[in-house]
Amino acid sequence: MNTEFQLFPDAASTTARPVDQLYLSLVAFSAAMSIFVAALVIYLAIKYRRNNDVDRTQRPTHASTEITWMLLSLPVLVFIFIWGAKVCFFLLRSPDGAMPITVVPKQWMWKFQHANGRREIDTLHIPVGQPVRLTMVSQDVIHSFFVPAFRIKRDVLPGRYTDVWFEATEPGQYRLYCAEYCGTNHSRMVGKIVAMTPGDFAAWLSGASGDDEPPQVAGEKLFEQLQCASCHRAGGDAPARGPSLEQIYQRPQPLASGETVVADDAYLRESILRPAAKVVAGYQPIMPTYEGQISEEGVIQLLAYIKSLGSVEPAPPAAAGTPTGEATVPQGAGRLEDQR
Amino acid sequence: MSAAPEPSPAASPAEPVHVSRNYLNASYTVRSWLLTVDHKRIAILYLLGVTLFFFLGGAAAVLFRLELMTPQADLVESETYNKLFTLHGIIMIFFFLVPAIPAVLGNFLVPIMIGARDLAFPKLNLMSWYLFMIGGVFTLWVTVAGGVDTGWTFYTPYSSTYSNTYVMATAVGIFITGFSSILTGLNFVVTVHKMRAPGMTWFRLPLFIWSHYATSLIMILGTPVLAITILLVALERGLGIGIFDPKLGGDPILFQHLFWFYSHPAVYIMVLPAMGVQSELVAAFSKNRVFGYRFVAYASIAIAVLGFLVWGHHMFVSGQSLFAGMVFSILSFLIAIPSAIKVFNWTATLHRGTVAFDTPLLYAIGFIGLFTIGGLTGLFLATMAVDVHVHDTYFVVAHFHYIMVGGTVMAYLGGIHYWWPKITGRLYPEGWARFSAVLVFVGFNLTFFPQFLLGYLGMPRRYHVYDAGFQVLNVMSSAGASILGVAYLFPMCYLLWSLKYGRSAPANPWGAVGLEWTTPSPPPTYNFVETPIVTWEAYEYPGSNPAEVAD
Repeated sequence: MNTEFQLFPDAASTTARPVDQLYLSLVAFSAAMSIFVAALVIYLAIKYRRNNDVDRTQRPTHASTEITWMLLSLPVLVFIFIWGAKVCFFLLRSPDGAMPITVVPKQWMWKFQHANGRREIDTLHIPVGQPVRLTMVSQDVIHSFFVPAFRIKRDVLPGRYTDVWFEATEPGQYRLYCAEYCGTNHSRMVGKIVAMTPGDFAAWLSGASGDDEPPQVAGEKLFEQLQCASCHRAGGDAPARGPSLEQIYQRPQPLASGETVVADDAYLRESILRPAAKVVAGYQPIMPTYEGQISEEGVIQLLAYIKSLGSVEPAPPAAAGTPTGEATVPQGAGRLEDQR
Repeated sequence: MSAAPEPSPAASPAEPVHVSRNYLNASYTVRSWLLTVDHKRIAILYLLGVTLFFFLGGAAAVLFRLELMTPQADLVESETYNKLFTLHGIIMIFFFLVPAIPAVLGNFLVPIMIGARDLAFPKLNLMSWYLFMIGGVFTLWVTVAGGVDTGWTFYTPYSSTYSNTYVMATAVGIFITGFSSILTGLNFVVTVHKMRAPGMTWFRLPLFIWSHYATSLIMILGTPVLAITILLVALERGLGIGIFDPKLGGDPILFQHLFWFYSHPAVYIMVLPAMGVQSELVAAFSKNRVFGYRFVAYASIAIAVLGFLVWGHHMFVSGQSLFAGMVFSILSFLIAIPSAIKVFNWTATLHRGTVAFDTPLLYAIGFIGLFTIGGLTGLFLATMAVDVHVHDTYFVVAHFHYIMVGGTVMAYLGGIHYWWPKITGRLYPEGWARFSAVLVFVGFNLTFFPQFLLGYLGMPRRYHVYDAGFQVLNVMSSAGASILGVAYLFPMCYLLWSLKYGRSAPANPWGAVGLEWTTPSPPPTYNFVETPIVTWEAYEYPGSNPAEVAD
């Protein structure tokens, strides 16, 4: 937890090792280059100092010397780039079946919610040996989720979902920092990650209090409370005023404009907050905006409910390992992010 | 050949001319300074301005380095701390690093080096100083009135909606100062194109001119984008027009794209002129032509062009797509090549030269060392997988201080020492100057090297309070900063001392070539008694290496 003097950070995730290998290789390369340049400068400066009697006959410089340097440096740079890109793909693309957790920070605290509804502030409990994916959106300004021991960082934006994943390897407590400057108490917007053995974690998770409803349950209540069903009702004979939300998640939607959009998290979110932006073909732009009327947590709950109505994606294998079931897994948030 | 340089073709013709009237003693009235259109006097005005801002920005750094001696808050409140690092960043970048070399050394030297009487638009030049100072007054007013706490990066929506500090006044200050930068760039480009002396062909230009030409292009093309960005922030903050804040329908990432589209090239506005100074210093103190002259010249242009294509490497963790990140990553690697060419060429210039260890060379050698480390750590940041971890940590802080302070400030001080006899007509005490140069190098490394370690350990930047485990390295950094602070005060003292007590400088105290050394020290108002006719190559020292051959 960074209370003792260290020269190298703890490594406690599956991503730490490849990042460290890359980093240390770069350190070795840079040290070698720096020493080479420094030694050369010192050697030449001393050898050709003003009063030293040495041969100073000049020979013409050839353009090929310069071009050789350039051509030699190119493969080195390309090698580092490819290595870095490889690690990066591993680092940024979350594996399927990762345990979903939502993160909604605001000035200056971290709020977490597990899939079974259990909430936490500034402390996040996770199991080791299990990939975890955080879906994050900020309530106010930009924050950044940074856990040095896991070598991961991702900005948390207002108005847009970002995600980050990690798999802890060692039980223990690790520092969480906000890395993007967010105002007066930015440096106090710290928390901790408590990595536990899967058994301990399951026990901890079941200790949810009665108020902690799973997001899709809370979302269903919100759905009723906001009377969404009066337009988006399922089934029925009379034509509905809004598209049915049954199995809408991840389904391509033809728009009034003639385009097609996949009903992912970003689209569903936009359609709740700014419904007129992309209206589904065959419907009138009559839905009122909910901008400013639903908190970010409320939107996440509504999305969880909509997802629980089914998706067109093949269901992940029987929710094994996740205590929540497939329906609430915010599938694809990360990958769709990548396609922008 | 003998060690003592023979008079070069460049140095001989105008040497004996003695002019008692020079630009400094031409007139003594305040009016003659404030309404001057002489590029050399305007350079002096800029020198006063940037020096004031340098010590102001430095004072802010002293305060927060003191605060960071302990993990908890003790000297100042978080609000004050945030204002201190913001002030430090804004002043050092917009009011010191961007104008320092172009507006002081560039203003003084560009016309003289190309054999012209003045810049193309002398009145525009004076206007640019006034714009700079008006922008500066806004910033000073903000400082006194209560400060601004957004960081120099002004990220939205914090700056446009949430901050309760003087964002607007600061924005106006930077907006106005930006135009001084644009006017200086415009002036340099036109001057270099149209006012070169007879015979001064493009490839006879000193590399100082090439790098200022490249810098000017960035100033003209990049700075308007900054002005637009600031204007948009002001529109959102003042009128509530939704551009960046999602609550108003805006996109916060758009701000980052616009901001870095200027601010990354701005890094090269700060460092390219330093590279130009560096080329002059290395050539003059090894009495040798800069190795691979044409490649160094082309590298400046390559950096200016590529510099516009790498802004996305500031946004690897901002929610930019993975593939956009990859493109920015590879482009950032490519920009390392022209920078590396320069480092190797400066080093190779020493080869078979006649090296004199005068103060400017000490700064130049320091520059090579620090710029190399700064450049190599840039590769870490261009590597996305590593950047994810070190982004927004002290690693980044250390990296850009190695470039900005280790590069630009070292070159600026080296240049000030090199051209001081020309600018003032006085020599400074060499012993003190060498001692200060070494002290700057030591203090700098002690300040900033520990910050690389802090960064990889995970200490985020802009943290007022921090975890106890980071204290040892922070104390080292603060100790280094105190040495660095003292080392910066020394030149201030002995250079001022030299104005009254320093020995008079001859026209060419270093035995250097270049048109500026053919005119008396200090130069007459119109620089040259007769317009020089250039018949020699750049850096044509006796026995220096011939121009490179194409093969």
